[in-house]
Amino acid sequence: MSPPTPRQGHRPVAVVSFAQADNLRREGARNEVEMLLPVIGEVFANVGITKDDVGFICSGSTDYLVGGPFSFVTALDAVGVWPPRSESHVEMDAAWALYEAWVRLQEDDIDAALVYGFGKSSLGNLGEIFALQLDPYVMAPLWPDPVSLAALQARALLDSGRTTEQELAEIAARNRRRALTNPNAQVAGEFDVAELLAEDYVVSPLRRHTLPPITDGACAIVLAVGGRAYELAERPAWITGIDHRVETHAIGARDLTHSPSTRKAGEIAGALDGGIDIAELHAPFASQEVVVRDALSLGDNVDVNPSGGVLAANPIMSAGLARIGEAASRILDGTAGRALAHATSGPLLQQNLVAVLERG
Amino acid sequence: MSDTATETEGGERGPVTHLATPIRLEYNFTAGIAQSRYLRGLAEGKFIGQRCPVCHKVYVPARGSCPTDGVATTDEVVLSNSGTVTTYCIVNVPFAGQTIEIPYICAQVLLDGANLSFMGLIQEIPTDEVRMGMRVEAVWVPDDELGPTLASVKYFRPNGEPDADYETYKEYL
Repeated sequence: MSPPTPRQGHRPVAVVSFAQADNLRREGARNEVEMLLPVIGEVFANVGITKDDVGFICSGSTDYLVGGPFSFVTALDAVGVWPPRSESHVEMDAAWALYEAWVRLQEDDIDAALVYGFGKSSLGNLGEIFALQLDPYVMAPLWPDPVSLAALQARALLDSGRTTEQELAEIAARNRRRALTNPNAQVAGEFDVAELLAEDYVVSPLRRHTLPPITDGACAIVLAVGGRAYELAERPAWITGIDHRVETHAIGARDLTHSPSTRKAGEIAGALDGGIDIAELHAPFASQEVVVRDALSLGDNVDVNPSGGVLAANPIMSAGLARIGEAASRILDGTAGRALAHATSGPLLQQNLVAVLERG
Repeated sequence: MSDTATETEGGERGPVTHLATPIRLEYNFTAGIAQSRYLRGLAEGKFIGQRCPVCHKVYVPARGSCPTDGVATTDEVVLSNSGTVTTYCIVNVPFAGQTIEIPYICAQVLLDGANLSFMGLIQEIPTDEVRMGMRVEAVWVPDDELGPTLASVKYFRPNGEPDADYETYKEYL
């Protein structure tokens, strides 16, 4: 067995292990470290290694969720960093921590890395917290909440004629039906589209079913290079392409019905070459799934969000990494040959990461 | 929110030079299971720590994990009321919100049986007699004032034992 030739980088890197916490509306008594401990333990135990076997650790989280400075440093207590470890952190979804680890693994001195993300959304008011990622002069002082912003995007999309409220309800119902087979999902079930459409608007044109749940959660991935990956997993999920692109933070300067950053990242990652069996999309609002699907030219032959996606569970700061983990799981378990994972960061799909994972 | 514009003599408003955008976020803090045990211990007038099953170090307050080994600390340990001053400083500088009369002593105290020191006040001794290695004991507030807070410990005072040997606390400086 040999890894497929990666489009970027000279060292083939694979996901060999994925673990996640139960996605819950409220985690309850455990703090972030206590939430992460079993997840880190499981992601190592899956492949029979310990922290001593990884040459790099990278995490994604934000202090704004917990309301405490340097919470990501405290989180290292869940890994145990003695003797001193090479470690880094991104104040972004942990999918970008995985990107940093992928870059680090291009250096020849290490052959495995740990990536994790975590967040408790239940501690503060997400509507206010998300307003603070907007530009501080003209947008943040208005405190626009993420649902209201997503409603502007959804309205523009409906006006463009590319979707309907009926289709948004169908997207929500499909994701939550798929989540029935995902034991970690938070919102799963059979929903009748006509009944969903009878709901009142939360913010027109978005009804409750088009919104992501509020989730406490965490997940972790182990990456390994070349032959080391085959030692750790029977069917490593090789990252043959990965890229991320960002658009302006000025929401008014963007066409919110399109995602050129997703398209560009997808092009570079090789996602537009066809042959994709399954795709895990990080589209927190049902309307955003339409935008991301279009940007990646995903046809009806692609199985989108077999996990239920983020409409089934939206653990802030780890939901994007979980998309990579869920996509990789389909390769690791042998049910898919080529999988796409997408992650987003910033307001209204501002920044997007696309990874293509393949069987060896 | 307010903005400030410069005004010219003719009454024309110039460019905005700055704006104030007050920000306040409210959070529910989760202490965690291990720290909750520690805080509830303070409400009972005792120090509760946890031991690492791998390196056997005892952390107080424990955060639920051994930061060295990355494993859950599950063994609970009730620590002594006495400890050793590992290092200290004399606070002579007044600052806003100060509640204690200066000068006073702020010290790191290593409780007997613990492998992590924490900060406490030293009183009932002239400031110039405080020293590294001094043996101290916790003085708690009256029982009806105990609560899940470090404010349950009024301060530490000398317990009359001879000073600890430097070798016993040199790893905790």
